[in-house]
Amino acid sequence: MRIFDPHIHMTSRTTDDYAAMYDAGVRALVEPSFWLGQPRTSPESFYDCFDSLLGWEPFRAAQYGIAHHCTLALNPKEANDPRLLPVLDELPRYLLKDHVVAVGEIGYDSMTPAEDRALAAQLELAADHGLPAIVHTPHRDKAAGLARTLDVVRESRLAPGLVILDHLNETTVAAAKDSGCWAAFSIYPDTKMDEDRMVRILREYGTERMLVNSAADWGRSDPLKTRKTADAMLAAGFTDADVDKVLWQNPVEFYGQSGRLELEPEKPEAGGATYEGNSILRGGS
Amino acid sequence: MTPNPDAPADAPAAEPAAGATAVAALRASVDAGLTPEAREWLAAALADAAADTPGPSAGLLAWEAHFAAARRRCGAAAADTVRVLILHAARADEQVAARVYDRGDAAERRAVLRALPHLGLGPGAVPLVEDALRTNDTRLVAAALGPYAAAHLGDHAWRQAVLKCLFTGVPADEIAGLAERAAGDAELARMLADYARERTAAGRAVPADLDRILDLTRKEV
Ligand SMILES: [Zn+2]
Repeated sequence: MRIFDPHIHMTSRTTDDYAAMYDAGVRALVEPSFWLGQPRTSPESFYDCFDSLLGWEPFRAAQYGIAHHCTLALNPKEANDPRLLPVLDELPRYLLKDHVVAVGEIGYDSMTPAEDRALAAQLELAADHGLPAIVHTPHRDKAAGLARTLDVVRESRLAPGLVILDHLNETTVAAAKDSGCWAAFSIYPDTKMDEDRMVRILREYGTERMLVNSAADWGRSDPLKTRKTADAMLAAGFTDADVDKVLWQNPVEFYGQSGRLELEPEKPEAGGATYEGNSILRGGS
Repeated sequence: MTPNPDAPADAPAAEPAAGATAVAALRASVDAGLTPEAREWLAAALADAAADTPGPSAGLLAWEAHFAAARRRCGAAAADTVRVLILHAARADEQVAARVYDRGDAAERRAVLRALPHLGLGPGAVPLVEDALRTNDTRLVAAALGPYAAAHLGDHAWRQAVLKCLFTGVPADEIAGLAERAAGDAELARMLADYARERTAAGRAVPADLDRILDLTRKEV
């Protein structure tokens, strides 16, 4: 079984997770830039985060046989801090990088005017760069948040086929599907969505334009939820081909629209990393 | 950027004539491997770099966007060399090299490090080498230790870098000017011997390159 996790925050996970993910079948992933778990105080903190997603994380992932891609953005929560807005001016430079396959994650957190502006501006940036976008739906006031999100997406130059609506559930899936956007579901240990509910949604709505992710981060989450959902699909009578479609072909098709997907992880080269000799495996140097 | 006060005093000055020949050779070697379409793209990219053509968004020159896109346009094998050529055509000085490095992904940073010996720079770009040597990314550590570091990196930082290569499995062959700089270096010899003792005490193998470098330190200067 081959698995592509289309949304996971590896920067807050250990190398043990990379090994376990590989064993579970994960061969590719996309890591959106996001909140640190505490507020940032300057734009430079974003550039350090982008550095990590463009350098260290792909290097780390490659040691474990996993192809790493990322999405970059000013996240919704921090779009409300005027000190951080200069990030929007630096993003065009970063969106040109090889393994940036989308703008994201963007969307609403508290649905403020500042979030309106950041969302609209970054959808335009995505259109300018020929990139798709990951738009997450807010955790609070979700149905109203989705309606407002869909309005902003419709007003943008970005085609719905280039947009993921993330963190969906039973109450938001229908509107998301009707919009023509891709529908993504984050499978968590005990909130938001679990694998059995996901299977029911797939039964009702089919496997077209459907994505399943672990969205694992520093909170209570599980980087193996993609595999567990695949197993739940098989147990419920879905075929291997259905599982491959949802957990591999769909993310490949969506992010492939960037023209920048490379599904073979960069090989450690003669002049550099060796698996045995690598500093990651020795806890740094 | 301030020059490294610890830099060796006898660092060779940049040689524009020899540098130009080396860059022409790089161009010829990379052109030979490119598709006609990529070759045409490279020629246009180098022209943009020479002309400082404005780029696709504010604060970004056209060549900076080409530098980022080089691997997609010319393929992974040619990307490093293409990026070196673009930096050279843009006449990148220490400030420009630092800007491109700071805002670059790992592959772009590696290309900046590889470009350093071709840009006719003084010691002002040493902080970039030091930054790369602080990372745990062995591709950057290896690229940092090219001819520019051989000429400009201070003795203490250079010895630490040699040791880091042994720690992280970067082959000693990646270190430019190794034989010349190691020759007669008693301090490096002491560090290597201590490291070998530490490994042996822990019951672990001594890296094969260690003895080779130790031998080099015993050569006359
Ligand atoms: Zn997320």
